[in-house]
Amino acid sequence: MDQRRRDLLRIMELEFAAVDLNLFLDTHPDEQRALADYNAVSQELMRAKMAYESRYGPLMNYGYSMSEGTWRWVEEPWPWEITFNRGE
Amino acid sequence: MWIYEKKLEYPIRVSYTNPRLAKEIITQYGGPDGELAASLRYLTQRYTMPISQAKAVLTDIGTEELAHMEIVASLVYNLIKGATIDEIKAAGLDDYYADHDKALYFVNAAGAPWVASYIQSKGDPIADLHEDLAAEEKARATYEFLIRLSDDPDVTDTLRFLREREVVHFQRFGETLNLVHEWMDSKKVF
Repeated sequence: MDQRRRDLLRIMELEFAAVDLNLFLDTHPDEQRALADYNAVSQELMRAKMAYESRYGPLMNYGYSMSEGTWRWVEEPWPWEITFNRGE
Repeated sequence: MWIYEKKLEYPIRVSYTNPRLAKEIITQYGGPDGELAASLRYLTQRYTMPISQAKAVLTDIGTEELAHMEIVASLVYNLIKGATIDEIKAAGLDDYYADHDKALYFVNAAGAPWVASYIQSKGDPIADLHEDLAAEEKARATYEFLIRLSDDPDVTDTLRFLREREVVHFQRFGETLNLVHEWMDSKKVF
């Protein structure tokens, strides 16, 4: 597996944890442990996304991340064009 | 406002071109218990929820369902993109091909187009949340049928992820229903 796919999988893992904790917190807003986990995951996710975006271009547009040099948002591949192999 | 993120929520793996499996899986794109129906149902019911937590749950699960719609579309796209005309005919996808080529369109497994009557937005939060609980169970059942039909272990892995999310959403909607009941009880004055 190339480095880009490895980095993307790590972001998927972290963001999935954030999504799942987010839904849990919606119905359990006073659960301090889940909140601490959510904040820790969010911080690590932000770092991972910044590193990814500096190499491969923005994951988000509309002002959520800057594009260095050229407008890299229009570059391929799009999400449905990235497939993984078994075991990756 | 919605912000698009240029990544899937979960990786997709497709072992080989498989238009037959695409024809079955597309029902979770535009079928009665599919991800379009799920996301639109929750995102339109949220406006009249009586408590903030219910508005949050419907917004957030509705948004996650949009990401699931994208995963299902990506599976279908990759399962049919390399298919020859002969393979499309053999898989029974030729009727679909006549109208859509290999483009994504909102249909169920039998080719019937998506209709708004798949979903309801009743304004009664108890009725709406019960519909949402049922919707999650119907989607879970559909993913189980698709897992049985799948002859590609890589595709099955992604279907398993999507099935699991329905179970989690059911749990969260159940908790939301309890919160709405508590709120209603607290408002009762005799």
